[in-house]
Order: sequence, then C-alpha cells, then structure tokens
Amino acid sequence: MPEEINLDIFNADPITEDVSDEATEAAPKTYAPAGPALDTAAESQADLSAEMKAIGAAYAQALKSGAPAETQPRLDYAPYRSSVLRHPTKDLHHADPETIELYSPAFGHMDVHALEADLTIAHNGEPLGERIVVSGRVLDGDGRPVAGQLVEIWQANSAGRYIHKRDQHPAPLDPNFTGVGRCITGADGSYSFTTIKPGAYPWKNHLNAWRPAHIHFSLFGQEFTQRIVTQMYFPGDQLFPLDPIYQSIVDQDARDRLVATYNHEQTKPEWALAYNWDIVLTGSKRTWTENEALGAGGDENE
Amino acid sequence: MNRSAMSKLTPTPGQTVGPFYGYALPYTKDRELLAPGSPGSIRLQGTVYDGAGHPIPDAILEIWQADADGNVPHRTGSLVRDGYTFTGFGRSAVGNTGVFTFTTVNPGPTEEGAAPFIAVAVFARGLMNRLFTRVYLPEDEEALAKDPLLSSLEPDRRRSLIARRDSDGGLTWDIRLQGEGETVFLDFSGAEGASK
Repeated sequence: MPEEINLDIFNADPITEDVSDEATEAAPKTYAPAGPALDTAAESQADLSAEMKAIGAAYAQALKSGAPAETQPRLDYAPYRSSVLRHPTKDLHHADPETIELYSPAFGHMDVHALEADLTIAHNGEPLGERIVVSGRVLDGDGRPVAGQLVEIWQANSAGRYIHKRDQHPAPLDPNFTGVGRCITGADGSYSFTTIKPGAYPWKNHLNAWRPAHIHFSLFGQEFTQRIVTQMYFPGDQLFPLDPIYQSIVDQDARDRLVATYNHEQTKPEWALAYNWDIVLTGSKRTWTENEALGAGGDENE
Repeated sequence: MNRSAMSKLTPTPGQTVGPFYGYALPYTKDRELLAPGSPGSIRLQGTVYDGAGHPIPDAILEIWQADADGNVPHRTGSLVRDGYTFTGFGRSAVGNTGVFTFTTVNPGPTEEGAAPFIAVAVFARGLMNRLFTRVYLPEDEEALAKDPLLSSLEPDRRRSLIARRDSDGGLTWDIRLQGEGETVFLDFSGAEGASK
C-alpha cells in the first residue's frame, strides 16, 4: 500500500462512471432493452424504481407459480444501465469442472502482511470517519471453513470518495485513508478487517443515483469454481430499494446475505463498532483429503 | 465424486466488481506468471468486447493453469513474485483499448490425452457477477475433438474457447461478452440455483 497518496492520479483523465459510456450510447439496433432509452443521466429515480418494481413483481409471481428461488444477481438487469451490453445473452453452459478448476491458487503469508488487514494504519495519521471492525468466516457450501485463503477488500472513504481517478465525486479525499485491505483466512475460515465506515456515493446511473454504503470483497475458495467478487452492505440502509446493483438480486433472502449484522458484544468500548458478515462459497466439487478437511492451507502446504 | 448435491448452505450472491477496483486488485507483476522473455514464456493476449463490438476499458481477468508438464501448482507467492516460482495464477486489468496481456507458459495436459486449457474468470463494471470460461491451446486437434466441454458445443460456439497461435508462439484470444461470437461462459454449479 502506498505511504503517500499520489495526487496525480486524481487530476488525470476525468471520466465519470457512466456519462462517457460511448458503447452504451452506440447500442446496436439488434438489442433493445425493455424500458426507456439509454440516455442515462436524464432518467429519474422514479423511472428506475418503476422498472425495478416491475421486475420484482414478475419474480414474485414466478415464485408463486413454483419457480425456484434465485440466489445470485441477474446478469441481465437493465436498470443497471452499464449491464445492458455487458451480459451474455446465451445461457451459461453447464460444465463439469476439470482438474485445474478443482484446485485454487495458493496464497499465504508470503503474499500478505498481517498489517494489511488494518486499513486505518496505512498512513501517518488517523483517517476521518467511524472506525469499524468487520469480521466473519468464509465457508464453503458444505459449511467447511475456507482456511488459508486470500480475502481482498476495497471501499470509499467516510465521505463516499474512492481513491480512483475515475471517481469525480466532489467529496473530500482523506490523506490518511486509501481504502484497500487484504488478509489470509485463519484455520477456521475467519477474517477480520479494521477500517472506516464508507459513505454513500453518487454514481450517475440515473439522475440522483446513490450507492448504499458498501465494501467490495474478493474471495478465493479451495477450488477455482468458488471464486467470487461481491459487496457487503450495512444494515438498515435507506438506499437499498433505490439501488439497481443491490436490486439486481431479485430475491430478498439472497439480498439479505450481503448485509452485515451489527454486533454490540464485539464492539470495542471507546474504539470501534463491530459488524459481522459470513461468506458462503459454492459447494465443493472435489473429494477432499483429510488434511484439507482439517483446514490446512496456504503456507502450511509448502 | 460430485459433492454439490450435499451442499447445505446457500452461496452468498456475487456483485459487480464496479469501476473502482484499479487501486485495489492490480499488483506488481500481476500478469507475469513468469518473467517476460524467460525460456518457455509465451504471451496470452486479447481484447474484451461488449455487445456493440466495442472494447471494454474496465474489465479485469484472472487466469489459473497447470504448468508446462500439466502439474497443478500448489505454491504461494502469486502476489509477491519471487521471479522463479510458477504459481499458475495471474491477474490482468485491461487497458484503455480493452486489451489484456499475460506472460505465461503453455499448460500441459493435466491428464493423459486431455486437451490443455487455461481457466479464466472475467470481471467488469456492468457485469453483475464474475463469469468463468476456458481458453484452449489450438494444437492437439484429437484431444480438442474429444474434450467433454468442447464436444458438447455447436461448432460456431466452440471456436470462442480456442486460442489462435501467433507467429511468435504467443496466444491470441478475445472475449465477447454479448452478441455475435459471444464467448461460451460456464456454469459449474450443477443444481445450485444459478441464475442466467
């Protein structure tokens, strides 16, 4: 992690997230999404909310008719305008994972320093905002801990600003906060990050579009098929019903799996609020050896 | 043995990688599984396109592969490369023109007679969840013809998974997220309620 923030990266190449998406504006006639035209900035929250509501109602109806509950986001979810030209139109093709896919890259303490799990100590001073500890376990679909694997996170600062040249939100940067962390899970699949609660940020999907506060999580399992990147949210966020990215998961139970819980028992007096969030990867496709089942991984395998 | 039928917990949903991964996921030598120019090294290069045929400037790819002898690596050190350990893992964000580049080796077959391939995960702004795919080496036509995945595909779709061999020994392989020539993306989840 950088000792000092390089201000050059903020001044170059001013691109906001969706405004300059020429590819979207040049949508071919062969694909016309349901709903309004693709002039994203002109659309109102009311328009987007109506689209999301219609999709939700159709899903509720399908559930009543016996359709299975959906557990993942829809790749084809037009209210997130950038997805319109970026989702496959053909069904994902079922494949049985083969040798390489049944194993995962190995990460260990050679790769990640223990201090990288504390996002508040990367610079000389204390970052501004609400200090929090986010912890939990990474499990596979069979409930086994994912031990010795890499967890990466990144997030906006407390004012809702990312350290990224494309983020042009006129909120202050924090010279004491980069917003990047990593750790290696423990033998019980546990992880813990100390950080600052991120702010909501505006993202121009439509007029007055604001993302709920979130932390991006990147996770590896014991098999490449379990690889996932997702986002953790905070409980009770008023922006949930308005956000197309959160709403791209149409099932409420599935959405709830992305929301952390506040834990007062783990909250540290005079120091930091505690949140818990467990992550479940897909089920294992491989027959495990006894050592793997006991949680050996990463450096211990060398 | 397929264990998916034994799953007891429902997987956590994925979410888009978003536009701001650039200061978080890339790292020094992330795309160099071995040093460029070292013996046996090849370039794997391609462009990620959207449904309008335009390159995507904000996608990031990961590859995971066997070594040249077909062995699955079990070595740490992908994030801090020591210059000689082959870990089998690499990550490459695309540039402004949608191009990704890896320096790697031709993977060997992991089983006798199997068609060698590199496993790929694709992430992008606007892509709600990661996509899995494979890039096969083009040479062993006999092995390609009997590959379980390739032989389950129509010929025009099958082509999207096979790299082109460049005159300098490198591999070129493009990803098309949507539309004509759409890349075949994979679902490993079996019965686990994946949505389209």
